[in-house]
Amino acid sequence: MKPPPFDYHAPRDLAEALAVLAGVGERGKVLAGGQSLIPLLNMRLAVPEHLVDINRLAELDTLSVASDGVTVGALARHSRVERSTQAAAVQPLLRKALRLVAHPVIRNRGTIVGSLVHADPAAEMPAALTLLGGSVRLARDGGEVRDVPAADFFTGPLESALRPGELAVSAFFPALPPRSGTAFHELARRHGDFALAGVAAAVTLDESGATTSAKVACIGVGSTPVVLDVTGAEPDEVAHAVRGAIEPDADIHASARYRSHLAGVLATRAIDEANGEARRALDHTGR
Amino acid sequence: MHSITLVVNGVVREATVPARTLLSDCLRHHLGLTGTHVGCEHGVCGCCTVLLDGEPVRSCLTLAVTADGHEITTVEGLAGPDGEMSPVQRGFNECHGLQCGFCTPGFLCTATALLRDNPDPTDEEIVEGVAGNLCRCTGYQNILKAVRRAGELIREEA
Repeated sequence: MKPPPFDYHAPRDLAEALAVLAGVGERGKVLAGGQSLIPLLNMRLAVPEHLVDINRLAELDTLSVASDGVTVGALARHSRVERSTQAAAVQPLLRKALRLVAHPVIRNRGTIVGSLVHADPAAEMPAALTLLGGSVRLARDGGEVRDVPAADFFTGPLESALRPGELAVSAFFPALPPRSGTAFHELARRHGDFALAGVAAAVTLDESGATTSAKVACIGVGSTPVVLDVTGAEPDEVAHAVRGAIEPDADIHASARYRSHLAGVLATRAIDEANGEARRALDHTGR
Repeated sequence: MHSITLVVNGVVREATVPARTLLSDCLRHHLGLTGTHVGCEHGVCGCCTVLLDGEPVRSCLTLAVTADGHEITTVEGLAGPDGEMSPVQRGFNECHGLQCGFCTPGFLCTATALLRDNPDPTDEEIVEGVAGNLCRCTGYQNILKAVRRAGELIREEA
């Protein structure tokens, strides 16, 4: 239970980090919070030749909140964003999702961008980003920067669109239109564990109170977050629609059938709660 | 090998470690501070929790080289200068908040930060705050009482 040997790089700024990453290519791994990577190293499931520690890159320790959304830098720890009332005001789903990520002590160290790049199919942050239609900004040596929409970023279990030599420098979680509500429900064997299944929901109403958009993102039931548009579905149809769209795997923790059942139940609850929040927002702003 | 400098419990300590050395192993093997216990070594049990710049973190999920230049507080650093127990330690003492004691250093560090940030937590906040620490003796009821009592002591002495 000790990490295998690796060459350690501790760049002082972004330019140096990108130069190092360009040099090591696919033989290198980036270390940010390490709350997923170091367990993998300890268990020897990951054996990178080079480890590029970005913890000294203060320029990536950023959280910027604007009316159109929240941008988190690659070194913004889960706990910092969770505590930000400004971030919660602009995009409430962020805090709801963050409170389900492991335990507070893990969130003190883990980073949101790290969770996204790790791309665990049962993790909360990829689902939140995908549901909201956010994006991840990738940089590489030479100044080339690209923004990858969440829908294209998650390509498989623990696989993302990040290419060797690239560094994910930030992620953008867009705000929702007025009269919107969100929710995140999940079930885990033990508090703080990865969920057996989970569902994030976002609902938007028009000025008359009619639903203009209702979407869910399901975790733990596919190789990437499964997003489903359930606009127009009656409350009792949501579970059925979700179960028809997913093909969960069975493992030691739960059967495929149970995961499918769970996703339907959680989706119904999440849509109901998001809808309630959207209705309160509607009442609050006046019709 | 990498030469690092840590401020551990207020004392500047230097160590020369391979890059792959975990902070938990650096504290125990290189600095001789064996109060930090190592349980699962993959972040699940919470026994190895220490304060890094005041925030509780898993020392088994942190590389010693990453902590270079930072402040660490271990269980050895919780008591006062003359060895008088901190309010959190007294709470655990009074309420029988430990049995075998293996998980205790992690609980003490976690609870110290929890009560510093929120000296009057609700029962729900206490449970959420220490949920990442496992006690295999399952003495959780007394641990929760101990944290509650520690909060009282801190508030009385404030």
